[in-house]
Amino acid sequence: MTQRTEQEVLERIERIRRRRPRITDERITLSHGSGGKATHTLIDALFLEAFRNPFLEPLEDQAVFSVGAERLAFTTDTYVVSPLFFPGGDIGDLAVNGTVNDLAVSGARPLYLSAGFVLEEGFPIADLRRIVASMAKAAEDAGVQIVTGDTKVVQRGKADGCFVNTAGIGVLERPVRLSAAAARPGDAVIVSGPVGDHGITIMLARGELGIESDLRSDTAPLTVLIGLLLDAAPQTRFVRDATRGGVATICNELALASGVAVVLDEQSIPVRPEVRGASEILGIDPLYVACEGRFVAVVAGDEAEAAVAALRTHPQGAEAAVIGRIADDPPGLVLVTTGFGGMRIIDMLVGDPLPRIC
Amino acid sequence: MAPEGMRFVDEYRDREKAQALAANIATLVEPGRRYGLMEICGGHTHTIYKHGIEDYLPEEVQLVHGPGCPVCVIPMGRVDDAIWIAEQEGVIMTSFGDLLRVPGARGSFLDAKARGADIQMVYSPLDSLRIARNHPDRRVVFMAIGFETTTPSTAMTVLRAAAEGLENFSVFCNHVTIIPALEAILASPDLHIDGFIGPGHVSTVIGCEPYRFIAEKHGRPFVVAGFEPLDILQAIQMLLLQLREGRSEVENQYTRVVPWDGNQKALQAIDEVMEPRPTFEWRGLGWIPDSAMRIREKYARFDAERIFDVPATRVADPPACQCGEVLRGTIKPWECKVFGTACTPETPIGTCMVSSEGACAAYYNFGRFTRLRVRQAGSA
Repeated sequence: MTQRTEQEVLERIERIRRRRPRITDERITLSHGSGGKATHTLIDALFLEAFRNPFLEPLEDQAVFSVGAERLAFTTDTYVVSPLFFPGGDIGDLAVNGTVNDLAVSGARPLYLSAGFVLEEGFPIADLRRIVASMAKAAEDAGVQIVTGDTKVVQRGKADGCFVNTAGIGVLERPVRLSAAAARPGDAVIVSGPVGDHGITIMLARGELGIESDLRSDTAPLTVLIGLLLDAAPQTRFVRDATRGGVATICNELALASGVAVVLDEQSIPVRPEVRGASEILGIDPLYVACEGRFVAVVAGDEAEAAVAALRTHPQGAEAAVIGRIADDPPGLVLVTTGFGGMRIIDMLVGDPLPRIC
Repeated sequence: MAPEGMRFVDEYRDREKAQALAANIATLVEPGRRYGLMEICGGHTHTIYKHGIEDYLPEEVQLVHGPGCPVCVIPMGRVDDAIWIAEQEGVIMTSFGDLLRVPGARGSFLDAKARGADIQMVYSPLDSLRIARNHPDRRVVFMAIGFETTTPSTAMTVLRAAAEGLENFSVFCNHVTIIPALEAILASPDLHIDGFIGPGHVSTVIGCEPYRFIAEKHGRPFVVAGFEPLDILQAIQMLLLQLREGRSEVENQYTRVVPWDGNQKALQAIDEVMEPRPTFEWRGLGWIPDSAMRIREKYARFDAERIFDVPATRVADPPACQCGEVLRGTIKPWECKVFGTACTPETPIGTCMVSSEGACAAYYNFGRFTRLRVRQAGSA
């Protein structure tokens, strides 16, 4: 065999990376729930394979379809979080805001939600009361109604306290067609606020690290903020809330779906000092940490300034910023220019971000 | 990154200082000469890729990623043994996070957890001790891995368990020592390394003196370095200056943390609890004499290897794997036959791909673009 050049090897790797994934595991591991590569493989090779249809196929956070003259958005999400209560929120407002946001990022106005509860035998009614109250409050704040629901109780040990599922329906009143496949070179990438607050808050709230901080989850409905964005930047290509897998995962999905390069500028990405500090200690990258009230948007390059200005008029968007741009090459990759002046690849996570030992 | 600065971190990530250092480095390099510099520690490899340090280096300087990634060098047989222990009645296995995904021949800790083993992630061996205290009816085992950086904390934890009389806590000891591994690398005939970037954290414990043989016997300059990007650039500058002046000495770039004589208390704690093993297997490097630690007889009741009838599994490294050559700097990660095709971070075959600090994983995750960029130079 002739000596392979580095370039040939790298190009071959990129070709392999674009192949359809296959499931090689025999059992579900926690990696399948992390939002990274294992999750994508599971969705692509198992769920999509079985359910395939044009509404599901784009694998957006919601399906958009027409009923009569109306365009509707429909989504569902299940919430499992430990601890159930954390600074800045609880599983209740998370479950409402998450589903509201999955609708809002399509450009829809969220209308109605369902709520399903899986409760563990022995779970305190007082805690459930607290969760339900914060769901009611979050629904009111987001302008939606919870109109149907379900409850199941399982034996002690068969669930972790309380799991919540919500589904939601919204209506698209704007003529927008937002899609991860719509980004093109010259577009700007925007984030609506500091990243990683929610994920780091949860890690610290588990109390295993012995770090105290005033950090709070960013959980919030994004409907109003997205409305401001779409008004100011009517050519917006794509919006997604940066939940599991963080900004890095969204950018990877975007790069693959649109066949473009996403080039981020590390220094312009807003990250709170507490989040940075905790991330440094744990050896994880804030770009992979979940948010529950932040979105990433791709807008036309010439509308970026207006978009950020509009977002900053709202308290939730006060720290909105352009964090990068779309380039044509190398397609399917996310790159970041580091504050230090170098450059690195931001790949999809393999599993949960695990702390490094040294 | 953030608009607000972060003390004791941002000072070491200053772009202008980096440019000044890079300019100086360029003047120290003889055009056309190849300089192979090995950073021994996985933490350094991580920093190099995370911050894109190679972008600051002239073509002549090539960084070779060494064996100092503790997760990477643990042999598959030891992972299998640990999983075997975790599957015994009443056991809670505790482990650092980044070991959870490391595969043995029978899968990883994560796979064993999915099969029903109770495996919990901890941030410190003291967390394992707490779990043992809270679960007196269970047998809690700490999966101890790492170089001299983490060995003292394991030793201190055993001492504390002894002082508290905790009898349901034990350690599965896989601690390794850096010097024998370096000797093994230096002894290989196909070595292409002109100087070493020495491990900062290990050296806080063992000091700088143990590296003297590398400078004196093997004629290779050795600079102990910190983990911020400017630390590494400065260490490279110090190495190139030594090479330029024909010197080979041990120097300490990381004086803000590393005392020349190391940390005697930590060394005493290790010596109290542990002794060298006659030999130990390293993934990619094979069996190396005196290269690992085991629990002394005196503390046998805390030694999982003695408490459990551990099968002592031996699994040969997969034949396609060229990790040994990567670790010796003979080939670059991308030159391995299975790199990026059969062997990826999702399905690692060899040691260098398993942890994000491993040479191949770091190159795969962060470094690919450094090369691809050549193609993109015009449009960037």
